Amino acid sequence: MELFRIKSDWPFMKHALIFNAISAITFLLAVFFLAYNGLHFSVEFTGGTVMQLTYTEAPQIDPLRDALEKGGFPDIQLQTFGSSKEVIIRVPNRAGTEKAASLANTVYDQACKFSSGSVTSSTSVNDKGVQAVKQACVSADKKEISFVKSVEFVGPQVGKELASDGGMALLVVVIGIVLYLAVRFEWRFALSAIIANLHDVVIILGFFAFFQWEFSLPVLAAVLAVLGYSVNESVVVFDRVRETFRNSRKRGMSVPEVLNHSITSTISRTIITHGCTQIMVLSMLFFGGTTLHYFAVALTIGICFGIYSSVLVACPLVMWFGVSREQFIKPQKAKEEAVV
Amino acid sequence: MNRYPLWKNLMIGLVLIFGLLYTLPNFFGEVPAVQVSSARSTVKVDADLEKQVLDIITNAKIANDGYLRDQTSLRVRFKDVDTQQKAKDALEHALNPDPQKPSYVVALNLLSASPSWLTSIQALPMYLGLDLRGGVHFLLQVDMNGAITKQLDSTSGDLRTLLREKKVAYSGVSRERDNLVVRLRSDADRQKAKNTISDSRTDLLFTTREEGTDFLLVGSFSPQARRTIQEDAIKQNIVTLHNRVNELGVAEPIIQQQGADRIVVELPGVQDVGKAKDLIGRTATLQVRMAAEGTDPLNPPPGTDVYPEMRNGQQVPVVVKKMVVLTGDRFVKAASTFDNNQRPAVSVTLDAAGGHIMRDITRENIHKGMAIILFEKGQGEAISVATIQGEFSSQFQITGNFSAEETNRLAILIRSGALAAPMDIIEERVVGPSAGAENIQKGKDSTLWGFVAIAAFMCIYYMFFGFVSAMALSANVLLLVALLSLFQATLTLPGIAAIALALGMAIDSNVLINERIREELRNGATPQAAILAGYERAFNTILDSNVTTLIAGIALLAFGSGPIKSFAVVHCLGILTSMFSAVLVSRMIINFAYGYRRKLDKLAIGQVWKPGV
Repeated sequence: MELFRIKSDWPFMKHALIFNAISAITFLLAVFFLAYNGLHFSVEFTGGTVMQLTYTEAPQIDPLRDALEKGGFPDIQLQTFGSSKEVIIRVPNRAGTEKAASLANTVYDQACKFSSGSVTSSTSVNDKGVQAVKQACVSADKKEISFVKSVEFVGPQVGKELASDGGMALLVVVIGIVLYLAVRFEWRFALSAIIANLHDVVIILGFFAFFQWEFSLPVLAAVLAVLGYSVNESVVVFDRVRETFRNSRKRGMSVPEVLNHSITSTISRTIITHGCTQIMVLSMLFFGGTTLHYFAVALTIGICFGIYSSVLVACPLVMWFGVSREQFIKPQKAKEEAVV
Repeated sequence: MNRYPLWKNLMIGLVLIFGLLYTLPNFFGEVPAVQVSSARSTVKVDADLEKQVLDIITNAKIANDGYLRDQTSLRVRFKDVDTQQKAKDALEHALNPDPQKPSYVVALNLLSASPSWLTSIQALPMYLGLDLRGGVHFLLQVDMNGAITKQLDSTSGDLRTLLREKKVAYSGVSRERDNLVVRLRSDADRQKAKNTISDSRTDLLFTTREEGTDFLLVGSFSPQARRTIQEDAIKQNIVTLHNRVNELGVAEPIIQQQGADRIVVELPGVQDVGKAKDLIGRTATLQVRMAAEGTDPLNPPPGTDVYPEMRNGQQVPVVVKKMVVLTGDRFVKAASTFDNNQRPAVSVTLDAAGGHIMRDITRENIHKGMAIILFEKGQGEAISVATIQGEFSSQFQITGNFSAEETNRLAILIRSGALAAPMDIIEERVVGPSAGAENIQKGKDSTLWGFVAIAAFMCIYYMFFGFVSAMALSANVLLLVALLSLFQATLTLPGIAAIALALGMAIDSNVLINERIREELRNGATPQAAILAGYERAFNTILDSNVTTLIAGIALLAFGSGPIKSFAVVHCLGILTSMFSAVLVSRMIINFAYGYRRKLDKLAIGQVWKPGV
C-alpha cells in the first residue's frame, strides 16, 4: 500500500504567502483571545480547593449550589463531569482564610447536610489488603449517599511559582532548540523553526482561551512536549533541504525548487508519523478519563498545527531569510603547497 | 553487508534480556503482606524482631510466603487477605501487649508477588505515585524566617553571657527583625565587644551605627550561617515528621525535602486527612523535669509522675516531679559529641529563655537528678536521667554510660521533640483508592489501544517492515518499563501518558527508516543496498529530531515538579530507549531476515509505487 503517489514536486513555495497569511491570522486571533478571555487556569496555578464527589444517585446540582452559596461560599463552582453522578466542586482561596486546608471538610459537611445525611469516615481493607479510610456521606438509614473521591488543595504561593517555572522551562526549550539547530544547521533554519513552532504554542493557548478549557499542569507539559516534537518536523524537512543542496546532481534547482522537492519527498513520512502519534493521542482522549482529557486535546491541536507550521510556515521563512546553496557547501580550502 | 557482527547481536540480546528481567516484576502483581515497623524511636527493627515475628506466626499456625527485612521494617507475605488479617491480629496482639503503649506499627501492606530471585537482583515493580494507588499528599512550607528568629533569640542570650564573662560593659542586647543589636556606651567598648564576639562566633557579621548617645553594634548571620541554620531546620523538621507519621501506622510513608524550604509528606492508603493533619501540625513533645529522688516508684508521692527508662535493656521506673522545667521547643540544637574525658556525650543548646530557666534551676539543684522525657502517642518515656554537675545555662552536655551510637540516637530524639521552624500546609491532595485503580486502568487502556492501532497500521502499510517496527516498538516499551522499574521513579498518570506519547513519537524513527528504504528502492537501488542506505541516511535525521525533543524533555525535568517531573522523566527515558530500539533492534531483526540471503529480489515493505510505471 502506498498512500502518497507523487509524480512531481508540489509547488508549495508558490503559495508561501497564503500559508503565512493563514497562519498569521490564526496567530493574531489566538493572541486576541488570550488577551481578551485569558486562560482558565486550574487549581494548581490559581490556588484553591477542588473536590471530586461520587454520588450514588445523581444529585440536583442547582439547589445544591444555592445551598452552598448561602452556606458561606459565595464563589463556589459546581459541575458534573463524565456522568451526572460525578460532581466537581471548586472553591477559590480567599485572602485571610488561614484554614484553607480544612475548607474541603466544611464544604463536604454542608453538601452532605443538603442531602440530609451525615459525614462518616470508615476504615476498610480492600480486596488487595490495603487499608484505606473512606470519607462518605451516609443517610439516616445507613445508605451511602456520596463519597469523596479526591480532594486537592493548593496554597496561593505554589501557583505563582508554577507559572514562573513554566515560563522558565519554555525559555530554556526555545534557547536550547535554537542553539542546537544553529550549530547543526544554520541560524536561518533555527530562527524559522522556532518562530513556526512558537506560534503553534500560542495557537494552542489561544484554543484554551477561546473555549475556556482548563489549563492544568499536564496541559503545560503537553504544550512543551509538542514544542520539542514539532520542531522535529522542521528538522526532518531541513535535513532534506541540506541534503538536496549538497547533492551535486540537483545543482540546477533554484532555492524554492529545492524547498518544494524537500517537502514533497518527506510529506509521506510527515503525514504517517503524525498520524501514528495522533492515533496514540486519540486513544488517550477516548480512554484516558478526566486527567488526560485536556492533555490529549492540547496534543491534538499541537500535532495538527505542528504539521502545518513546521512545513508550510518554516520553509517559506527560511526562503525569505535568504537561504542559499553556498551556505551548505564548505568552501574549498586552498591547498598550501610549499616549494622546497 | 546487512549483517551485524556477533558482539553487536549479543549486546542487543543482552540489553533485551535485561529489559525482560526488570520488567518481569510488574507482571506478577502484588500479594497481601503485613508490615512491622518501629512505632517508637527507641525500638529497633533487627534480626531479633525477625525471629520473634516468625515465631509468633508459626505459633499461630499461619503459613507465610516469605519475608523481607530492611533497615526500617519487616514485611511478611501471605497467600490471601484472610490469612493476612489473621496474621496482623496475631502480631498486633503479641508485639503490642498493651494497646495503649504500642512498640510496633503493624500495618497491612502489599508486596510484589515476584519470586525472591528477582527481588534479590533489585528487580522491583514500578513505584506507583499517589494518584495511582490512592492516599494523602501534603506539601509543607517551612517558615525559614522562623528558624532564623529562633536562632537569633538563642544567640542573643549567648552574647550576653559572653560579654559578661569577658567583662565588656554593655547596656543591652536585643533582636531587631533579622539583626542582633548590642548597645554600648562608647566607641572603645564597641570595638572591644566586636573583637570579643568575633573571637568566639565566626557566623556573625557586624556593622556599626550610632543612635542618640548609644553606640550600636549590629550583628547578623553570614549567608553561610543562614544556610546552615535553614538546612538544619529542614532536616530536624523531617526527623520530627517521621516520628509523628510513625504513629499513624502507615506502611510506606514518604517524607522528603523538596526545594530549599519545602517538605513533601505522602501517606499511601491513609485517607483520614484530619488525623494526619493533626499529627503533622502538633508541637513540642519533649519535657525536662526534675527527678524526685528517694521516692518509691511503686508508691509515688503526690505531685510526681512515674515514667519508664530503658537502662541496659531493662525498663526501670523513674519518678519525676510534675512541674515542667522546659518543653521541647526551647531546644535549639542537640548533637552527639565527646566530653573532656573522651566519653560519648550529647551537647545541647537551648534558646535564650530556656537558658535563663536552666541557669536558675541548675544553681538551685546541684547534684540532683534531671530527667528528659519524650512523649510519643501520649506516653512518656525518660530518655535520660542525669545528675546536674554544676551551674549551666543555654549550653550543656549530657553524659552517662552512653555508646557513640546511643548518643547519636539521643541527639535525634531530643531534636525530634520539637519542630525547628513552624510549617504550613500549602498543598494537599487526597486520592481515594477507587480513583487510583481507575486511573491505572485508564492509563493502561489508552496505552494498549493506541499501541494496537499503531502496530496494526504499520503491519498493513509496511508489511514485514511494519511488523519489525511493531516489534521494535514493543522492545521500546519493555526497555522503558525496565528502566522505570530499575530507577524506581515514581509513576503517575501523566507518567503513563508519557509512556503512551513516547510510543506514538518513537514510531517516527521507524517510519523515517521505512520511507527511506522505499525511496531508495524507487530510485532503483538493489534491496540490500536500499536497506543499508535507508538505515544509514535516516539515522542523521532521527538523531536531530530526537535531540530537539530531548531538549524539551530536559527543560521540563529541570523546571517541573510533581506531575510534570514524572512526565518529564518518562519522556526523556522514552526518547533514549526509542533511539536504541528503533535503530538497533529493528535493524537486527531485518538483518536476520534479509542479511544472510545471497539472492534477494524483493523486500516485503509493501507496494513501492514508481512514477510513470
